[in-house]
Amino acid sequence: MLFTILAILTVAGAVAAMSFRNLVHSVLALTLAFAGLAMVYLQLGAQFIGFAQILVYIGAVAILIVFAILLTRDAGTTSKSALNASASNSSGWGGGVVAVAVFAAMAWAFHASAASQRALPAQPEATMQQIGNALMLQFALPLEVIGLLLTAALIGAVTIAMHDRQETR
Amino acid sequence: MIETADQIFVILQHWIVGFAPAGVRWILAALFSVIAILGAFGGLFAVTTILERKGLGRIQNRLGPNRVGPFGILQPIADAVKSLTKEDVVPYAADKVVHFLAPVVLVLGAFSVYAVLPVGRNMVLANLDAGVLFFFAVGSVMELSVFMAGWSSRNKYSLLGAMRAISQMISYEVPLILSSITVIMAAGSLSTVAIIEKQAGYTGILPHWYVFTPWGFAGFVLFMIAATAESNRSPFDLPEGESEIIAGYYIEYSGFKFALFFLGEYLGMFAISGMGITLFLGGWGAPLSFLAWVPSYLWFFAKLLAMIAVFIWIRGTLPRLRMDQLLNFAWKFMLPMALINLVTAGLWHFLPQGGLRWLVCILMVVVPYVLLGRGLMQGQRLEKRVYQFAE
Repeated sequence: MLFTILAILTVAGAVAAMSFRNLVHSVLALTLAFAGLAMVYLQLGAQFIGFAQILVYIGAVAILIVFAILLTRDAGTTSKSALNASASNSSGWGGGVVAVAVFAAMAWAFHASAASQRALPAQPEATMQQIGNALMLQFALPLEVIGLLLTAALIGAVTIAMHDRQETR
Repeated sequence: MIETADQIFVILQHWIVGFAPAGVRWILAALFSVIAILGAFGGLFAVTTILERKGLGRIQNRLGPNRVGPFGILQPIADAVKSLTKEDVVPYAADKVVHFLAPVVLVLGAFSVYAVLPVGRNMVLANLDAGVLFFFAVGSVMELSVFMAGWSSRNKYSLLGAMRAISQMISYEVPLILSSITVIMAAGSLSTVAIIEKQAGYTGILPHWYVFTPWGFAGFVLFMIAATAESNRSPFDLPEGESEIIAGYYIEYSGFKFALFFLGEYLGMFAISGMGITLFLGGWGAPLSFLAWVPSYLWFFAKLLAMIAVFIWIRGTLPRLRMDQLLNFAWKFMLPMALINLVTAGLWHFLPQGGLRWLVCILMVVVPYVLLGRGLMQGQRLEKRVYQFAE
């Protein structure tokens, strides 16, 4: 029951994000989809991932998209949305049919596979302590590598931005 | 007797919930806690508005509000009536739906963070395993509502205010979270209740609060500076900046919606002060061992009121920063200090107890502070300010 509500909320947010004409409205609808997804994680008992989803996607990614929109184009201009643009020609509906077909095929394949037959283990209680230990001990190297990658990306972004500003002067 | 006084609200809750059938008890218990939170912090909001106006008035050598009731203490009621009866003006060009949703989202977010804030022994709505993470996650939602308010008003001033607010909040969120990670490392838990319980106990008469360690003290100061910036209070009140951009992102709000913004802002301040108390000041614990008989919730609110007093004092004392100063301070001073503090907290954990540990950790706090401060001030010459007309 709760899952149905959350699923409808998430899908409605995603569809709205695609169909709104105003870009900022699309971002806000996308935020709704993110929030619905976080709720699904929480409902599954994955507190850490749920809250991290809120912190990263709503607190950072949504704000980032907003900044990108406001800095790159005139905010609030209504542009043709992805759905409407594609709906104007018949290929848009073809795309929708293909998407549904792919989803149906994947769902069928998953149901038929051995993975869905396996009995689920009793609710694995992953505490914050276990997640922390796993991240800091077992997966310390991947974590460090990701950190290095992100730092490099950050420095690269700053370098590009600095370069632009010197040129315009 | 002492035990009863300490647990009176918990006992009351159990007594009331006991009347209900077993199936709906948990709903009733949650409802009781929610109403208590709404009442207590809503009331605190009313009290703080009058305290702030009075306190600022005294600092600025005037009386403050003194017309409604004795000494003006009924002023919040007059303010509430005024904001409720005012006309709700929505700009013609505004985005009506988003304009309406912004204050709702703000107040929702501001109230939901109280779910993990323990206001007394056994007095927390949800003792989550990831409590601190929840606090910061929901707190970050408030940034979005600020943007919604600023953008939907279709006003250049409000959009400017929103952009300022977001860049400021994002910049100061980094040192805020980094400085609280030290406590999480020391306590080994993200649960707010577990963090407070780790700080229980006394050496002599002094408590084991994290603020009484070198890294804890530095972390506390960093946390409170970042908290001031997060709650958009002076000297970091650029998003509002009355004299520059009129009132920032809520310029186009009037009547009750404006009051909601005000409420959300103060609730954010209380919540983040409460988190500071939880992390560094031992939560509901008594400051001296022989004062432990005072009920725990009284200690929490006493500490909270002391924090609010400091906030008011700072607001009346310091001038507003400039935007570049604000961001430079966050990225060039707060962030390195918070990172070094993280290492200090780790060292503190692994060094053997004794004088050496204190010496090393105090040096690790003081030396970077002095060097960074000197380094940042180097290119700047401070001169005695010359006033053109006021001399």
